[in-house]
Amino acid sequence: MSEVALSAALETENTVWTEQDSWFDRIPRSVAMAALAVVAIGLWQAVSWSGLISPIILPSPGDTLRHLIFVGGNLLSGGYMLQSLWVTLQELVLSFALAVGIGFALGVLVGETAFGERAVMPYLVAVDTMPKVAFAPLFIAWLGFGIESKVALATFIATFPIVVGTAAGLHASDENARMLFKTMGASRWQTLVKMKLPTGMPQFFTGLKIASVGVMAGVITGEFLGGGRGFGELIRVASTNLDTARVFALILYLSLLGLLSFGLVAWAQRRVVFWQSASVAREVG
Amino acid sequence: MSRSLTAAELPAAPATRGDRTVFALRGVGKTYARRNIEALGRVDLTLDAGTFSSVIGASGCGKSTLLKIMAGLVPPTSGSVMLAGRPVTGPRRDIGMMFQQATLFPWKTTLENIVLPIEIRDGRAAARVHHGNAHALLELVGLKGFEGVYPKELSGGMAQRAAICRMLITEPEVLLLDEPFSALDELTRDFMNMELQRICLQRGATAFLVTHSIPEAVILSDTVYVMSPRPGRIVETVAVDLPRPRTLDMVTTPRFGALVDRIRSHLDKGSFL
Repeated sequence: MSEVALSAALETENTVWTEQDSWFDRIPRSVAMAALAVVAIGLWQAVSWSGLISPIILPSPGDTLRHLIFVGGNLLSGGYMLQSLWVTLQELVLSFALAVGIGFALGVLVGETAFGERAVMPYLVAVDTMPKVAFAPLFIAWLGFGIESKVALATFIATFPIVVGTAAGLHASDENARMLFKTMGASRWQTLVKMKLPTGMPQFFTGLKIASVGVMAGVITGEFLGGGRGFGELIRVASTNLDTARVFALILYLSLLGLLSFGLVAWAQRRVVFWQSASVAREVG
Repeated sequence: MSRSLTAAELPAAPATRGDRTVFALRGVGKTYARRNIEALGRVDLTLDAGTFSSVIGASGCGKSTLLKIMAGLVPPTSGSVMLAGRPVTGPRRDIGMMFQQATLFPWKTTLENIVLPIEIRDGRAAARVHHGNAHALLELVGLKGFEGVYPKELSGGMAQRAAICRMLITEPEVLLLDEPFSALDELTRDFMNMELQRICLQRGATAFLVTHSIPEAVILSDTVYVMSPRPGRIVETVAVDLPRPRTLDMVTTPRFGALVDRIRSHLDKGSFL
């Protein structure tokens, strides 16, 4: 029995062409990522030890870590930084909600109606090509230095990807599905709600993911330019004090927040568009 | 959940074979004015209850246009289309249709996909009432136990079986089939054709198939209409007198070969002028 198995194994080895992975391909992803981080931080440490670059321009990893711990402690103990984070979080959530509402409505208008496609879309494209950050002074002039001007700028930036995602999703249904709904006598509303919108969910979520990154850029830019009490203001103050290590630490916490919001959208996508991931897996596997 | 009906308990066929006209087309033509293309000449066609008819022709001969006119998706330029004594002026409840692609919706289970026409027509509550019928239909097509499965887990042949159920759930007067199995591999297609025959015989269904496979048209049909293009018109009507139920063995009989040859000769004359 074992002899048979052995000869079969040998035969397999001799006859079946197997793809040879290099040792590099066999490293688990987490190990590879950790290794890259270690190398990068090592380089960073080496540069700051060499004294070639002033700590004002590039603080040492140790300094940055101290500030990370300080900021983390302030956040956990409910200090002034937590209040700033709370302001920024409110701005993020508000502008994302507004962008989803406006973007979805405009997306349906553009994707579903001839009027929207022919009359509204050209203007949207025109506005979308503008550098939207340049509108920040206008929003500050119109809405003041409070949370409103930041929400306006972030909403303005994040709306367009959602419009495009929604409209693209509405165009994603195929000829057969539309014909099928016609033969079933479905109304335009039924076709939209029961077929076109669910079909377009993957594209809609792609828009949401881009928007979740966009609101962060909008809110922080707004805070840089328009003051207020948010996290962006903390970064601005630290950088005017030439406290670069603090800036690094604040940016790291901000990027955690960005990862969190992106992750939330990705999680929602997996829940809502539950049929998408599996079908991709089947195509690959 | 309501009790499942068995296949045998399904509502009986509305009529016996051949004694009643279901579909009547008189002088139906279609010209696309914008490009001034005459897609369809004058087509006369009569489908009797419980019969299976096919239209066969080369690509672009207007057979898809004909099917869309019959389904009420496209208005004819001339002529009259009568279904069950009433003119077809738009999509109708008593028409069931099937396409090359199963077109099941991935966010709905097989069962939910099958009752979708009811949901569109009469709402969700009515759709739930029809779950029992859907179970019986799934049994009829051999998909029992796949009610809660999502379409991505169905093979191509299984998906088309589910599409058959969705077509039958509204108990339509006539089934319009637009090359329903042509995307499947040949073995599966032969098998599905036999299944289709069994289902049509069991339900006494009136069916109209568009295809470009001569053997498929012959093995399934009582009548084969041969179409030629520019403008699309019926050049020959071939009555298939092979006994029912048909089997795949019949493909090798001389009678089958003669019918195929006859249809092919008309196709050749029509399509390569």
